[in-house]
Parts: sequence; structure tokens; C-alpha cells
Amino acid sequence: MKKHKFIKKLIAAVGILAVGAVTLTACSNNSSSSSSSNNPSSVAAIKKRGTLKVAVFGDLPPYGWVNKDGKRVGYDVRLARELAKEMGVKVKFVQVNANNRVDTLNANKADIVLANFTVTPERKQVVDFAKPYMKVSVGVVSPKSKPITNVNQLKGKKVIVTKGTTAENYFTSKQPDVDLLKFDSKTQQFNAMKNGRAAALADDNSYLYAWVKNNPKYTVGIKHLGPNSYIAPAVKKGNKSLLDWTNKHINKLNKDGFFVNDYNQELKPYFGDDVKPSDIIINK
Amino acid sequence: MGHSGINVLFEGRNFTRLLGGLWTSVWIAVLSLIIGLALGALFGVLRTSKSRLVKVIFRIYLEFFRIVPTVVLLFLFYYILPRQFNLSWPASVMAVIAFALWVSAEFSDIVRGALISVPKIQRESGLALGLNKWQLFIYVLLPQAFQLELPATINLATRVIKTTSLLMMISVMDVINVGQQIVEANNQTNPNGVFWVYGLIFFLYFIVDYPLSLWAKRLSKRNEA
Repeated sequence: MKKHKFIKKLIAAVGILAVGAVTLTACSNNSSSSSSSNNPSSVAAIKKRGTLKVAVFGDLPPYGWVNKDGKRVGYDVRLARELAKEMGVKVKFVQVNANNRVDTLNANKADIVLANFTVTPERKQVVDFAKPYMKVSVGVVSPKSKPITNVNQLKGKKVIVTKGTTAENYFTSKQPDVDLLKFDSKTQQFNAMKNGRAAALADDNSYLYAWVKNNPKYTVGIKHLGPNSYIAPAVKKGNKSLLDWTNKHINKLNKDGFFVNDYNQELKPYFGDDVKPSDIIINK
Repeated sequence: MGHSGINVLFEGRNFTRLLGGLWTSVWIAVLSLIIGLALGALFGVLRTSKSRLVKVIFRIYLEFFRIVPTVVLLFLFYYILPRQFNLSWPASVMAVIAFALWVSAEFSDIVRGALISVPKIQRESGLALGLNKWQLFIYVLLPQAFQLELPATINLATRVIKTTSLLMMISVMDVINVGQQIVEANNQTNPNGVFWVYGLIFFLYFIVDYPLSLWAKRLSKRNEA
């Protein structure tokens, strides 16, 4: 009967789906091979495609954000446009959150991440970092009326962090006595701080300088916590072609004074005069 | 007015950008609903089949999509599936696929429930009139089931529209994502803007969802009468 055949076909289709789902879960741990012959993000592939896909933040002034005309701007975004110009291709932005920067590379949604990506040993195992273009460390912001100036003051208190950030990592591994309140985005974390949901907020100090400049009721009580860390472009693990190209061009841009210019254009208006370009950029 | 923060909404292209974001949310929801309802109707009919195997398979399908949170589905479809199968479709397409499969699973249960709650006497009368299986479905069961499933379907539609707010997780520029960009861009100079931006987003979702709610209410009243 016609109906019978149809049902059989449908069962087959659904069966395939189910098997697919099982295989997926089974092999999701395998590292996906990105051999050079089949690398959709090699320099040659990008040039052929004519667009460099860059993962950036969309809600983090002054690094990656969108201005009132709907245009993407910021320190990272300017670097992205410059790199695309160097390569002679157009730039296409993929907006990411802190905790999907790695997946975006792995799923080939972006060729390179320029989203304030701090280099850590854990991240080095899953992505390849190019030469850093900024340095930061974890800082802690607190209300001026109840300032936190020493990390010991935080024991048993609530501290706000964003998931997937260096600050979350640091507190989870080094300060287990601190009670973390975790959020998905910068928007949420700063709102929570203003609503008095915690005693302090921890994040890269460079964000905090900028935020405190416009929120004078708060202060960066702890400016440096843990080791200095570096912010670098990241490419998919094993993408040597793009990694080498990026390293070469970061050096070139450094020589040309691009980063000082980038700092003065994008960061200075946010940080004020207390912070100098040499506090942030790397002059080597 | 200057200090209330409402001006954030009308600076530059902000208002148009929010409407553009709403449009993205709406077309993804509508397309997913069209595909999902069509598939779901089919699956629902199949679930009334007498074959145990068919029943079990669709039951698993339903439970999978009902139990797995939508965020996880979106991650699976955007980050994991493309990596395994080397696809590179845009986020909005993957979102439509994930949503459509979810809708079809939920809708299949609504259809099944409606079909089996058509009184037995209707089915038997149909058979007594000499209708074959397909005629029975098309002329007797489906029209009556349709009445029964409408309110639940509209409820599902409003849920799908609301759930599009998760799309920002997979880099789709939906209304919430654009809203967050605007909030952050103005946070330094206009800290109260957040209230107006989310207020407007609430209002936009309300205009889209409320007519559906009203419609559902009217339909269920008519069914009672």
C-alpha cells in the first residue's frame, strides 16, 4: 500500500536522524582535523573568498561595539579592518560573547578572533594565539563607599564576573573562598554591580578603568591581581598559514605605529589621562 | 527629557536598528512555525499509527526536543553540527532548522492529542458510511481535531516568538542583541538608557504576541459555546 511505503520511508528518515544524533555525541570529543589542504581559513582560502571573517564583541566599548549609526567601531574592530586591508580583502564581522569565542573558530564561523581574547594556558590548548597586541591584568572594582583594596577582604563575599573571562578563571582556581556571581555578558555584569548585587566586580583592569571613568561612585580598588596577561588574536588550532601571516603583520603594524594611533583614537577618550598608551599596548 | 535616557532610542539609526532586529526575530519565528507545523502535523498523524515501532521512534523524537533546552539545541546546530558535517550555513538558517524541529516535535503531540480526543463514535460512523482510511482522516478526524488543537498551537507560536530572544547566543542580530549593543554603546553617557531600550523591546514583543493571545482566547471561548 502507498501509505505503508511512505511510513517506511519516514521511519528511515527519522532513524537516520537518531543515528546522526548518537554519532554526534560519540565523536564530539574528537578534535576536528584541519589539514592544510582542507583549511577554510588559510590565507589562500580567505583571499580566494575575498572576505576575512573576524569574531568581535558587539557590546564592549571601547574595544568592540556598535555606534549609534549602526557601525562597528573600537580598538579591536579598527585592528580587524586594518588586517583585512593588509590582506586586500573585505572584512566581515561575526559578533560573539566571551564564552563562544573558541566555538566560533572551531565551527569555522570566523577565521580569526579579535575580541579582547586574553592568552591563558588553558586556551592555548584549544586555539592558537598570535603575537599579543595588548596587556592587561585582572582588576577589582568596588563602590567608593566600601572599597576593596585587598583580595583578602573578599573572602565569603560575592564577586561578579562574566562567564569565560580571565577573572572567572582566576577566582575559581586561586580564590576558592570567594562567592562568584556569574553573568553571560558585560551588560549584565555591570548592571548587577550597579544594582548592588555583590561587594565587588572582577574583570580585566582595562575595562574597569573605562567603566569607572563614567561611574565615579566606583573605584578600581585592586588594579593588578595575579600575573600580567596578554591579549592576542586567536586562530583555529593548527591554522599555521593564518597564524604566521598574522604574526608578521602584527610586527609590521607595530613598526608603523598603528597601535599607538589605534590607542589614541579608540581608547584614550575612554581611559582618560591617568592611563598611558604604554600601560596598554606592547611596544616591541 | 535629556536626563531620562529616552533619547537613546532615537539617536542616529538606533530605532531603525531595533525594528530591523525585531524583523529578524519575526521572520525566523514565522518560517520556523510554517515548516515546524507542517512537519509536526505529519508526525502527529503518524503517532496515531498502530505500529509500535513508529510510535516509539516519534515518542523519542518528541522527548528529545521537548527535554533538551532550546539553548543547547541552538548550540548543537550552530557550533557542533557544522563542524561534524563541514556545513557552513548562516546562523539564521541553522536557527530556523533547530526551531522548526522543536516546533514539529511539540506540535506532533498537540495533533496526536487532538486526533485521539475526537469521539470514537465519529470514527465509527465514518467507517459505517463506507469511508476508507484516508477519507476518514480528511473528512472526519482532521476537521474536528483542527478545532481542538488551535488554542494550543497559538500558545506554541507565542512561545516560539519569545524564544527567539535566545538567538543572540548564536550571533544572530535579533532585537535583544541589537538592544544590548545600544545599551552598551550608551552606558557611559546615558546609564538610564537600559530601561528605555528593554522597555521598548518588551513593548515590541507585546505587540507581536498579544494579538495571538487574544485570538487564542476568542477561539477557546467559541469552542466552549
